Amino acid sequence: MNSTADSPPDTAISTRGLAKSYRIATSGRSHDRLSEALVARVRHPFRRREFETFDALHDISFDIPWGEAVGIVGRNGAGKSTLLKILTRITAPSGGRVELGGRVGSLLEVGTGFHPELTGRENIYLNGSLLGMGRNEIRRRFDDIVRFSGVEKFLDTPVKRYSSGMYVRLAFSVAAHLETEILAIDEVLAVGDAEFQRKSLDKMRDVAKDGRAVLYVSHQMQTVTTLCTSAMFLDRGRLVHHGSVDDVMTAYRDSFEDWRARQVDADRRPGTGELRLARVDTDEVRDPADDTVVTFEVGANPEIVGKYFVSCHVVDHHGAVVAQCDSRLVSQWFDPSEPRRGELRIKNLWLKPGTYTIDAFLCQNGIFDGWRGAAAFEVLPHLPYPALVMDEGVELGAVFADFDYEAW
Amino acid sequence: MSAPRTATRIVLAPPGRLNVPRWRELWEAREIFYRFGVRDIVLRYRQTAIGVAWVVLQPLVTAAIFAIVFGRVAGLPTGGVPYFLFAFAGTAAWTVFSGVLTRAAPSLVANQALVSKVFFPRVVVPLSTMLSVLLDFVVSLALFVVLLAINGVNPGWAVLGLPLWTLCALALGSGLGLAASAIMVKYRDVTYILPWLVQVLMYATPVAYSLDAVPAGLSWWFEANPLTWLMECFRWAMLGTPGPPGWQVAGLLAVSAVALVGGLLVFQRREREFADLI
Repeated sequence: MNSTADSPPDTAISTRGLAKSYRIATSGRSHDRLSEALVARVRHPFRRREFETFDALHDISFDIPWGEAVGIVGRNGAGKSTLLKILTRITAPSGGRVELGGRVGSLLEVGTGFHPELTGRENIYLNGSLLGMGRNEIRRRFDDIVRFSGVEKFLDTPVKRYSSGMYVRLAFSVAAHLETEILAIDEVLAVGDAEFQRKSLDKMRDVAKDGRAVLYVSHQMQTVTTLCTSAMFLDRGRLVHHGSVDDVMTAYRDSFEDWRARQVDADRRPGTGELRLARVDTDEVRDPADDTVVTFEVGANPEIVGKYFVSCHVVDHHGAVVAQCDSRLVSQWFDPSEPRRGELRIKNLWLKPGTYTIDAFLCQNGIFDGWRGAAAFEVLPHLPYPALVMDEGVELGAVFADFDYEAW
Repeated sequence: MSAPRTATRIVLAPPGRLNVPRWRELWEAREIFYRFGVRDIVLRYRQTAIGVAWVVLQPLVTAAIFAIVFGRVAGLPTGGVPYFLFAFAGTAAWTVFSGVLTRAAPSLVANQALVSKVFFPRVVVPLSTMLSVLLDFVVSLALFVVLLAINGVNPGWAVLGLPLWTLCALALGSGLGLAASAIMVKYRDVTYILPWLVQVLMYATPVAYSLDAVPAGLSWWFEANPLTWLMECFRWAMLGTPGPPGWQVAGLLAVSAVALVGGLLVFQRREREFADLI
């Protein structure tokens, strides 16, 4: 066949120099109303509107062979979702070229395209067709879909009467039975209970084993490691690393650890330096309801008069301080005359899934040592509650709370 | 392990100025077209007390109001056809055009969750509104046949032209609807302008009154309106009134084709930025 040097025909996905830029109108020059646009056009007939260009993706080139499950990792705003949107053809690239070896099915958000008034059966057909299945294909997979979701009894009930668990399971089942050659997934595996998640992961693995290709975007390292056979690391719109999952994970952690690593060098940290933290540790992975335990070691400085206090902050990935734990509040002071070790235990703080860092401070009248990002940990995407709901039931609120309802 | 492969590779590149729809993909999306249509129909009458009876009631009531206002109150001529029949035929035909237009226009914005999350040929969304409009029209026609029989009116062979005029009405309505829906993605003003525009058009077109009722000084204006040609063709086919002149029939076919192709081009030109703007 006509194989060209830069795009071998036997890849599932090939991109060359792929770019996406958004035009952001500079202040006051965007016209959301037709009338405004017309008035502006009449007033300044020859002036081009002024735009700032924001490059969401920059010169991305890669080849993905068949049978690979590729994890795409990167921090928020790195361009992961934009890349997926281009590959799933929701939005057009602004530069470069993409070649797809087949249809791309996307599992971007569970339940998109479900209509609450339609029955389970009607929704399976509607959603299946939206995801690119033909009528025969849906009919052939119909029983599998229903069995996988476990909503047999409610097939002819409008889905608005479903429990949210059933709703999610049915929606996922339709998507999971897609027979497209390429499957793109954006963090949807975090739905349902543990049993359903396991089933879903197995399903995804089978897809890749069939020789199809899977793209998986995630913040969760764990799922990428268990599901994917290779990975890509995006940083600020550029493809930094593409290779084995381990290598990419290392690269990702390294970049994340990069500025943190610099902080380990006490001389680079703010503070008077009269006293320094030697070590701050915490468990790297935990469940939302687990206690947060931070251990630390502080050096000694006999010249300091009086005691000092420790303050540890739990910071989320946006940089917001979730909890400030100042040892003065619990009347704990430390003696600087000899090296100290200590432990902070935060009880009943139910953190939402995500990555968090610990900022640790040693203070007296001023700050001796301010160590931002002294430790990091990940909270796993498990719900600390006995029942399951759709995302809208848990997405608000900065933290989870230990609560109960009673009906009288 | 053999990789499943389709013969064609899909190439994505930055959009050019002229974005011709990929016909193969459109054909493969016919199931979506059908499912959207069914969804619209099912949803309209689910959880209504008298359900499908609304399909029958709506055209009857509209025609009755027009018959009273224009026939009785204003006393306009119809050329011998009972006014109720005359108004019924007019509104049924008009509803095909205006129904597709007014339902297609907001369809993209109404389905924005889909447009920004799933890929499929977007053109299916506005076009699928045709199905429910057509269903309404078919029900109206069945009712109309009964009314014809009661009143002893026979349209004759001209009735054979009906499918063609229906296609013209669909093409005109969906052509404008496609363009309107694409523009509405960026400018929501269309939501406010359109119902008003459709109403103006309805009064500017002999829907519930005949061309004979138009003062001679204004008639050139009415004669130049393609929607007048459409209504005249419909009444020719449905009531057996004298057909419009040949140039109007030819003009109608041409305008319909131009509207459909033009609407499609406007739509396709903007299609690939929908997800970024909606």
